[in-house]
Amino acid sequence: MGATIATFRSPGGIHPAYHKDLAAEQAIREMPLPSALIVSMSQHLGKPAIPTVKKGDSVLRGQVIGSPAGFISAAVHAPTSGTVKLVAATPTASGPRADAITIDPDGEDTWIDGITPCPDWRQLEKADIVNRIAAGGISGMGGAGFPTHVKVSPPPETLIDTLILNGAECEPYLTADYRLMLEHAAQIWEGALIIARALDAHTIRVAIEDNKPAAIAAMQAAIPAEAGDAAVVALKTEYPQGAEKQQIFAVTGRTVPAGGLPLSVGVVVENVGTTLAVWDAVVNGRPLTERVTTVTGGSIVQPANVRARLGTTYADLVAFCGGTTGPVAKIISGGPMMGFAQADTSVATTKTTSGLLLLGPDAVHAYESQPCVSCGRCVGVCPMNLMPNELSQFLEAEDYEAAEAYNVMDCMECGCCAFECPAHRPLVQHMRRGKAQVMLNRRKQ
Amino acid sequence: MTPILATSLTIGGAGLACSGLLALAARFLSVEEDPRVEEVTNILPGANCGGCGFAGCANYAEAIIVDNAAINLCAPGGADVLKSLADMLGQTAQAAEHKVAIVLCNGDTANAPRKFEYNGVADCHAAHAIGGGDKLCSYGCLGYASCARVCPVGAIEMTGGIAKVHPDLCISCTACVKACPRQLIKMVPSARTIHVLCSSKDKGPAVKKACKVGCIGCTLCTKQVDDEQIKMEGFLAVVDYAKPLDSDAPIEKCPTHCIVRT
Repeated sequence: MGATIATFRSPGGIHPAYHKDLAAEQAIREMPLPSALIVSMSQHLGKPAIPTVKKGDSVLRGQVIGSPAGFISAAVHAPTSGTVKLVAATPTASGPRADAITIDPDGEDTWIDGITPCPDWRQLEKADIVNRIAAGGISGMGGAGFPTHVKVSPPPETLIDTLILNGAECEPYLTADYRLMLEHAAQIWEGALIIARALDAHTIRVAIEDNKPAAIAAMQAAIPAEAGDAAVVALKTEYPQGAEKQQIFAVTGRTVPAGGLPLSVGVVVENVGTTLAVWDAVVNGRPLTERVTTVTGGSIVQPANVRARLGTTYADLVAFCGGTTGPVAKIISGGPMMGFAQADTSVATTKTTSGLLLLGPDAVHAYESQPCVSCGRCVGVCPMNLMPNELSQFLEAEDYEAAEAYNVMDCMECGCCAFECPAHRPLVQHMRRGKAQVMLNRRKQ
Repeated sequence: MTPILATSLTIGGAGLACSGLLALAARFLSVEEDPRVEEVTNILPGANCGGCGFAGCANYAEAIIVDNAAINLCAPGGADVLKSLADMLGQTAQAAEHKVAIVLCNGDTANAPRKFEYNGVADCHAAHAIGGGDKLCSYGCLGYASCARVCPVGAIEMTGGIAKVHPDLCISCTACVKACPRQLIKMVPSARTIHVLCSSKDKGPAVKKACKVGCIGCTLCTKQVDDEQIKMEGFLAVVDYAKPLDSDAPIEKCPTHCIVRT
């Protein structure tokens, strides 16, 4: 049994206005089935899944409709029962098109046969746990969407001693993980035990920012007796405490090497939402077909944490939350720091849609990019200890070799630098462009 | 001895010794270079545009002499350079077909609406990475001049929110072809004047929504030609530049005026 242990702080970071009060006290609401679900095959990091159904097929909830296209990929399941109306390339929240399957729900919501609960998961072999997670099509639900079965099956020679449950939710506005921790603490802990068993990890830490005392108390109270070395860690509230490498440093004091993975320092980090999905997949045998998304922002009539089926369009989510209060200046899929701006609400949710943010004209400002004034504030706030000032100037001059030498590839696009920049330089966009080009150049060599 | 004299002798002596070493090195370590490489380099225009596929003029010259590369690859040099090279090397060479770059999109600000206000880095790759670009048409020219910036001779003009290549200025280096994130720029024979200025692979209704001058895939143009000089690739009409075409019929029939004579 652990107690809340000391507060940590990683280097860099910023303190944006959090605006969590909009939806924090809203209990998770179940959204009824919408009239159509657009299920993308690209819901995870890695290769998009390959559609296994065609137009006119009838599908049942939990049926595989996209099979993984390789090891770093994940299966996609039908979020409800119904008929496949269309299989076509559709724009995703991040921009590029990917195949998506449009399902006309029949309203019955019938589960596929063969859902086998396994309350006795403690008897399962490690490989069986990994298989059940893979069969559940689970990928990271915090934002990056790394396939979970890959994370929980590290190479045999790698020793993992610590599992960190990421409940930091450092993105402003978002409260989905907070509500999950309040409402499903016991299930999340059981999910953590399952992952720890698959990893042979003896230490479990739940990392939560200290601006969520209720979540810390709930997770603390729910620590199971069998958990061994388990504790809740209160992190100092500072963006980006939820970033994997920063969190590992804050919780364990270990530094993940540049370009390396957390498993190289014996740690695996799982988002609390992902952990709950693992619990559902292993204990109940149910694949991932829904997730909780925070629909919030000044333009939403009734901000809420909504449990909606994967593939629910943003328009349906907004309508479920009472529509908009007035003109909308910006639509963001995800949080305001790392989310993707949208042109409209036609895109549908995926396993990584943690939030949907609609901001009015009063909350959105457009600035013109000015030359760098060399104030160094971006350097001070960069949690990866990079020099965004230098990098952005290299990238403006399209000098990708210099940018690579200055470690542009270590940028995680958290946005701290752009948040601080008094010259309003689009620093993150430069980094994204630079990273894409460096990757391209490396592949050419 | 005054310090000045001592210093002069030391430095001077060291200089002499080093120059002696350099002279010896130049004598015994020198690398034989075919004098023709330099001669060919002098004939080439020195634009270092890379259009021939080599790293620059000197690299191409070396390839001509050492690896027997074809001598008709220098587009900026044109017929004059080809003749000088042929005379010098005693080869006969057929001039390669002169090609120029063309931007296969005519959706300027008036014809192709934008789906959101883009306020980021003024670069096509950067804009393309955000929601697939701010243009409603996901295939059309974004207009942030990534091609114009790489053009070594300033042959690309940004006009009405899209890029236009001036064929008389183009030196066929293909730098712009590689710079376009949407692969809109093609090299076409400079003698050709009829083009389908659209690259949208979308179906008709989607194109109509996104652009007034896009190819809607109606196939009318393909019926105006006798030898598949214009043929359909999916929902897009494409000119086959290998076959001669000089008829106004497709231009007149095209309902969206995306076929034009330049």
